[in-house]
Amino acid sequence: MSASKIMKKLFSLLCAGLVLIPASVLADYELNLTPSVTQLGRDIYDLHMLILWIVTIVGIGVFAVIIYSLINHRKSKGAVAAQFHESATVEFVWTVIPFIILVAIAVPATKTLLAIEDTSNPDLTIKATGWQWKWEYEYLDSGVHFFSSLDKASNDARQMNSGTDPRTVPNYLLDVDKPIVVPVNKKIRILTTANDVIHAWWVPELAIKRDAIPGFINESWFKAEKTGTYRGQCAELCGKDHGFMPIVVNVVSEGEYNDWIAKQKKLAKASAASANKTWSKADLMKRGQEVYNAQCAACHQANGQGIPGVFPAIAGGKITTGPVKGHIDIVVKGKAGTAMQAFGAQLNAADLAAVITYERNAFGNKTGDVVQPSQISK
Amino acid sequence: MSDHKPTGITRWLFTTNHKDIGTLYLWFAFIMFLVGGAMAMVIRAELMEPGMQVVDPLFFNSMTTMHGLIMVFGAVMPAMVGFANWMVPMMIGAPDMALPRMNNWSFWILPFAGTMLVSTLFMEGGGPAFGWTFYAPLSTTFAPASTDFFIFAVHMLGFSSIMGAINIIATILNMRAPGMTLMKMPLFVWTWLITAFLLIAVMPVLAGAVTMMLTDRNFGTSFFDAAGGGDPVLFQHVFWFFGHPEVYIMILPAFGIVSQIIPTFARKQLFGYASMVYATAAIAFLSFIVWAHHMFTVGMPVAGELYFTYATVMIAVPTAVKVFNWTATMWKGSMTFETPMLWAVAFVFLFTIGGFTGLMMGVAPADFQYHDSYFIVAHFHYVLVTGAVFAIIAGIYYWIPKWTGNMYDERLGKIHFWWSTISVNVLFFPQHFLGLAGMPRRIPDYAVQFAEFNFMSSIGGFAFGAAQLLFLYIVIKCIRGGDKATDTVWENPEGLEWTIPSPAPYHTFETAPKVK
Ligand SMILES: [Cu+2]
Repeated sequence: MSASKIMKKLFSLLCAGLVLIPASVLADYELNLTPSVTQLGRDIYDLHMLILWIVTIVGIGVFAVIIYSLINHRKSKGAVAAQFHESATVEFVWTVIPFIILVAIAVPATKTLLAIEDTSNPDLTIKATGWQWKWEYEYLDSGVHFFSSLDKASNDARQMNSGTDPRTVPNYLLDVDKPIVVPVNKKIRILTTANDVIHAWWVPELAIKRDAIPGFINESWFKAEKTGTYRGQCAELCGKDHGFMPIVVNVVSEGEYNDWIAKQKKLAKASAASANKTWSKADLMKRGQEVYNAQCAACHQANGQGIPGVFPAIAGGKITTGPVKGHIDIVVKGKAGTAMQAFGAQLNAADLAAVITYERNAFGNKTGDVVQPSQISK
Repeated sequence: MSDHKPTGITRWLFTTNHKDIGTLYLWFAFIMFLVGGAMAMVIRAELMEPGMQVVDPLFFNSMTTMHGLIMVFGAVMPAMVGFANWMVPMMIGAPDMALPRMNNWSFWILPFAGTMLVSTLFMEGGGPAFGWTFYAPLSTTFAPASTDFFIFAVHMLGFSSIMGAINIIATILNMRAPGMTLMKMPLFVWTWLITAFLLIAVMPVLAGAVTMMLTDRNFGTSFFDAAGGGDPVLFQHVFWFFGHPEVYIMILPAFGIVSQIIPTFARKQLFGYASMVYATAAIAFLSFIVWAHHMFTVGMPVAGELYFTYATVMIAVPTAVKVFNWTATMWKGSMTFETPMLWAVAFVFLFTIGGFTGLMMGVAPADFQYHDSYFIVAHFHYVLVTGAVFAIIAGIYYWIPKWTGNMYDERLGKIHFWWSTISVNVLFFPQHFLGLAGMPRRIPDYAVQFAEFNFMSSIGGFAFGAAQLLFLYIVIKCIRGGDKATDTVWENPEGLEWTIPSPAPYHTFETAPKVK
């Protein structure tokens, strides 16, 4: 066994001992900080272990003294209380020692922090924008742009009493419909911001956690040294579905990355083309239902009833049964200062037309209106 | 001594007696502790298994929000004020608090504020669901209508705290018995004097934060809205300028209680009285200059991150001095382990663990991984539950014989202690692992690799919750009867409160005692 493995075993024994559970039971579960695939992440891990060992050793020292005292200095054992108190020497020593330990921690901490905050000269920059409750990604170098939300399997299983055991869903709550793809061994700069409330972009294995704040742009970076899929979650409470906006990063070889970028550009063209054709009502309703369930149901609910006082109902709603123009307006432009987002920035004209048609003709709404992509003025 | 007091409900409504008001505070805190605890049970029930089974995500968020607010403002702070009301006059040889009518007012605001806060849960749109830290803009433009009631409740709680603090300072500075110099005051009195100054300094800041929220929500201002030229991060700076000292408002009186109990049962004077006083003052001072360590991930300039790291880890020095002092007090003592001592010793162990994780999170680069994960949830529950709440329970067992004239049931007290101490560790220790493995806080559902530790934590939670119902029974039983307590209650304890009869008469120290 390597030294680090022995340390790891020792550490898990210690942790397990503290919760009064045999180590073997816990062998399969992660007890320590997630190991990272970046140099910075390993530096953070080492810093974490350094402080952890310091506090563990100090703790064992202090607790040993207290426990010795609890066992031996008790009245039932005939102990007579000593009368000593106040000692300038002792008090000086136990003030200075912690101070020296703190300096020993501060030095590597400062080094690591300076490296983390050096976001200069990236190979690739991706802007991550937090929305209630999904992430928008923009590749600033190539113009690739898409939204990334919780995958359908997790989303179905996480509904109240869904009847699906989450244990049967692969990567439950940690999978998305569209992951971001980045090349290995490149310095990737992540710019974080938000559209509505504060979110935070966190991927433990990449050792990044940075707040996404509306109106501000934060910077952070990583350089993954191993290809693979790395998963994380929004870390700042952002409302109802805060627990359901995961992050998935696929780290691939440079060649695969270039192929992926080319494919994304083709997809964008196809989506633009779909806006120019005229759709049948049945097609619009079918696509509209899919869009509704993916984009709208989280707030307005799957049955279109909304949540009274929080999210208005689609069924029999003033806007959804009123003039078409007003309906298009609110879906495209959103309503400032509320959870109603401007979907014009998120969906293409065909999807917008489909979902508006669907909302006007589902949940008991019977306007009979058919909205075509050409009617959507962005 | 004749007790001129009305009977029935008017006694409690109109009372200006520090003991009655102390009792009211403590009962209010206990009720709120049970209400906030019930919400914790809802949280742990939902988190027991992966998947959504018990409540919807929005209600889950109001549960975590209200649990935090109620435990901080409804349970821990009022309990500490209750102790101050009962014990400060008795410890400094004063007949009552300096401002008895204001004392009545500052208590009676609380039930109204508490009721208003809880009532938001029944309003259309639900209660506050943005976390007890109520970060803007989630708490302003994106919050339910009930938020305005929450804001009003916070204003009232602030009023009450400020009046309570003024009263405590006025009492301590003006009403000490002859000979009771500042450096002769019991440590509990010292910690409360310093806490009261913290309260006066930061409660107005909190009031300012919620007032800005109110005008952002209703009057078109944009303090925290970037679109209107404001800054959401400003909210966090203002909040934590209040919030960090607030943590010490809850823990300093706990230090005081433990520093009273350990010397009594070690039968040995506190090792370094003066250094304990200075350490308390140092912690209070540092608490004002470290607030942004709660927000390392907001994107501060690197110089700011370095400064807040250095300043934060400095708190470890005076805190270590305190722990070393308690250890040295026990060392070569002649210890017995009645229930209050058991809780106090557990406090020293478990608060220290909370202090260690606090040090870990004070280091900015490491905090980038710990921040907003279950690691921080474990940390602050070690500090606030096995810290502040354990000290409160220790203090109740320590002084309840003086208050009621009856001894509590020692056997049940010990069962309560062991049951609570084991279950609280099953509850919170696994949360360290969850956080390190990557589980964010404030989520109603989680990936399946977190299932085992969450299950364990929930079992511990239900057991810890049930143990507190036993505590309620023990307290009621003690009030209704039991072995008669002697005047000193314990073997040769130090302090003026032990020189008066048990139960403490309605009026004490009408003639000031002489302190040598
Ligand atoms: Cu989020």
